[in-house]
Amino acid sequence: MINRYPLWKKLIVCSVVFLGAIYAAPNLYPPDYAVQISSRDADGSVSDRALLAATDRLKLENMEFFGAENNGGSALIRVKNDEDQLKARDFIQFALLEFAEDYVVALNSAPNTPEWLSNLGAAPMKYGLDLRGGVHFLMEVDTPAVISERLKAMEQEVKQLFRDPENRVRYSSISISESTGLRITFDNQDTEVAARVLLREKFPSYTIKGIPGVTGIMVNVDAAQIREIEDFAVEQNVVAIRNRVNELGVAEPLVQRLGRNRIVVDLPGVQDTARAKNILGKVATLEFRMEASSEARSASTDNFNYEGFDSRLEKRVILRGDRVLDAQVGFDPETNQPQVNIRLDGGGGELMHRATRYNIGRRMGVVFIETKLKDRLVTDGGTERLVSEPYVTKRLISLATVQSALGVNFRITGLKAGEARELALLLRAGALAADMFIAEERTVGASLGEQNIELGAFSVMVGLGLVVLFMLLRYKAFGFAANLALGANLVLIVAVMSSLSATLTLPGIAGIVLTVGMAVDANVLIFSRIKEELANGLSPQQAIHAGFERAFVTILDANLTTLIVAIILYSIGTGPVKGFAVTLSIGILTSMFTAIMGTRFVINLMYGGKTVKRLAI
Amino acid sequence: MLKNIDFMAGRKVAAILSGLFLSASIISLTFNQLNWGLDFTGGTLVEVSFEKTVSPERVRDVLNNDGFTGHVVQYFGSEKEILIRIPPQLESSEGRRAKLGDQVILGLRTVFGESVALRRSEFVGPAVGDELTNQGGIGLLTALGIVLLYVAFRFQLKFALAAVVALFHDVIITLGFFSLFQWDFDLTVLAALLAVIGYSLNDSIVVSDRIRENFRAIRKTKPISIINTSLNQTLGRTVVTSFTTLLVLFTLLILGGELILGFAIGLIIGVIVGTYSSIYVATNILLLLRLSQEDMLVPVKEGSDQIDQFDS
Repeated sequence: MINRYPLWKKLIVCSVVFLGAIYAAPNLYPPDYAVQISSRDADGSVSDRALLAATDRLKLENMEFFGAENNGGSALIRVKNDEDQLKARDFIQFALLEFAEDYVVALNSAPNTPEWLSNLGAAPMKYGLDLRGGVHFLMEVDTPAVISERLKAMEQEVKQLFRDPENRVRYSSISISESTGLRITFDNQDTEVAARVLLREKFPSYTIKGIPGVTGIMVNVDAAQIREIEDFAVEQNVVAIRNRVNELGVAEPLVQRLGRNRIVVDLPGVQDTARAKNILGKVATLEFRMEASSEARSASTDNFNYEGFDSRLEKRVILRGDRVLDAQVGFDPETNQPQVNIRLDGGGGELMHRATRYNIGRRMGVVFIETKLKDRLVTDGGTERLVSEPYVTKRLISLATVQSALGVNFRITGLKAGEARELALLLRAGALAADMFIAEERTVGASLGEQNIELGAFSVMVGLGLVVLFMLLRYKAFGFAANLALGANLVLIVAVMSSLSATLTLPGIAGIVLTVGMAVDANVLIFSRIKEELANGLSPQQAIHAGFERAFVTILDANLTTLIVAIILYSIGTGPVKGFAVTLSIGILTSMFTAIMGTRFVINLMYGGKTVKRLAI
Repeated sequence: MLKNIDFMAGRKVAAILSGLFLSASIISLTFNQLNWGLDFTGGTLVEVSFEKTVSPERVRDVLNNDGFTGHVVQYFGSEKEILIRIPPQLESSEGRRAKLGDQVILGLRTVFGESVALRRSEFVGPAVGDELTNQGGIGLLTALGIVLLYVAFRFQLKFALAAVVALFHDVIITLGFFSLFQWDFDLTVLAALLAVIGYSLNDSIVVSDRIRENFRAIRKTKPISIINTSLNQTLGRTVVTSFTTLLVLFTLLILGGELILGFAIGLIIGVIVGTYSSIYVATNILLLLRLSQEDMLVPVKEGSDQIDQFDS
């Protein structure tokens, strides 16, 4: 029994700790305060001229800055501290007002990771909103309302189909039932059969079932289709929020769907929640209007420009975007030309029908209306101040001749493929975005964020210090080995968090502190076992060997069960619970490695391969 | 080196003590319930800081004038920081409810000036709160269920039952403290509670492991004295680990700031109760279930060193 460690195990321990140190290293370089310039347009770029104008303005104002860099998509200008950062943002915003391009100027932090580290793919940990400050929204999309609108439209469609002189199905009643379908009753069996045949032909996707004891049928939208409708509504809102968040000028926004009908919106660095909410709440909309006849008085018309020509539309609005359920590009089955298929809700179908049945041959226009924010410089009392004001843009996106009385479903033809895609996109953007409301909002001020980091880091240090001291006093040389392992464990947790791009939060820091306290457990188990074996009369070398071997199974069992709990925490938890679970799980895994393999390595270095009379334990 | 304490002599006293604590907790949970935090009840919370010290009464007056009802105003950390809680406002629309926090800030700034700084504001809608309560409950039960299965598979059903009873014991008593003192029960406390499950389990497993080993190694001794031996052998570890864990938890409690307070308190209580329960509760249940040599199905491994008995 000489307790020498095989070479491959030594290599594993050394290389893991070495790699850990490298991937944890970027966290040693605190990021700089920076101002980021990016184009409002998602694929736009920042011109060097704009960056130059920004830096010139900063020089003019005698502001200290360093490292202005433009990577094409966005540009970063680093400044000294958070006060300068705010000032610099305003100055840069002033400077960029002259440019035709729409730039977003946002507060950001610029990483200081040395190049050789970032070449290895190493990056610092991400901080959660509770550490860096910002706003978190959980938006809930009102999908039940969307489904119910869809059913109303379906009701209209079926009624229209039955009333059509070609079909003439005499039903007694149609009503929406159980929020998944229609209940239709008939006077006699024959009509029911005829209705079934007709529905199956026209709407093959609906399922039709008889109603026991009644001459009637249930027409249902299947679950997959309902899911599809919900998905569409939620996705539409996600896209709308993404567009709007761009307006806010946020450096690294996160817009993500969560579960069936929720959307997470994280806006780091944003402090003005009222403004954020206003912008998120804004929607684009559509207006369907008839073209004005040539004798119409100009007071009752609006002028638009459509494909280079002036056109006049009536002021009267037939219907708005909130009546549009969907718009998709399709192909005319006869001519194979691209077209846009538009689908309205039930009420919209009625309005459209009334407006178009006596106006066949006239043209109808679609106006796209958007609210945007524009930054403007105001001078009040001698100081320049930037205010952002909403303004409304109206654009005529389609002007087409009405061929027949229109209803719930109609199409716009005579388009080129590209035009059709563009039009469908705009129609969907202005279509009824399902209602959304804020289900949860959390704002953390920048000062609290910084305080949380300080308190958290301090707690980790003090906690670690106390445990290290205690272990040294209690287990002497062995305690020293355990402390080395504990330090390595901390490095590994940070390294794993950094390379997984996991987000560090305040509860996450609490998890790290807790791990520091609990990680020594494995060593304590081993050491008390060694003491026991010594008391049992084993030689020091034998005792070390037996201690590690026997404690191993216990450590494995104890840690695995804790890991199971941590994983459950992670999978069910939200927010703080998740942040805690992440560091706890990582901490359990890394501590098993460092406490068992790492400590053994150090102890074998100290005692292995020689005759030992006494153990300092 | 080894201490030799007759733990099991006090097992009846311990049973009575546990019973008392458990029934006090259950009574308090039934009548006082928990002081559910914002995460669960929904509502609005705003933390603001002022340049000078400010009295909660003045803030309350401002809020009353602005037409808010049912709010709670208190100092948070220092006399310059104020925490305002507003319960869910039922009459207002979803949209208006979400804007309460902004209105509070606006109202305070008009009275106290622009220097009123927003430190934190939270709004939780009622639906989210309900879901969290369900999720939290489901989480606790899933955790307990899976643990039961794992321990039953790795050890034996009696050990699993003992471990789970100990977990229930720890969780209920920790909850009892939160109910009795009406401390805020928020998401971080829930996280702490689940961590208590992990910790207490850790303890139970270490003790169970030793009991199983001793049952296989030491023959012809009464279960009660084998358990006593095992407890004595693991005592050093139990005490040291609890100590280091409590060391860091008290660090968090004192230095971690207000936000982490509930978490630290929950874990401190949980660790203390968990340490006690791994000594007395799990073992008592094992004895009640009449754990015997026959329960250890795996025979003693060939060549495994025999462990001498330390029973006096």
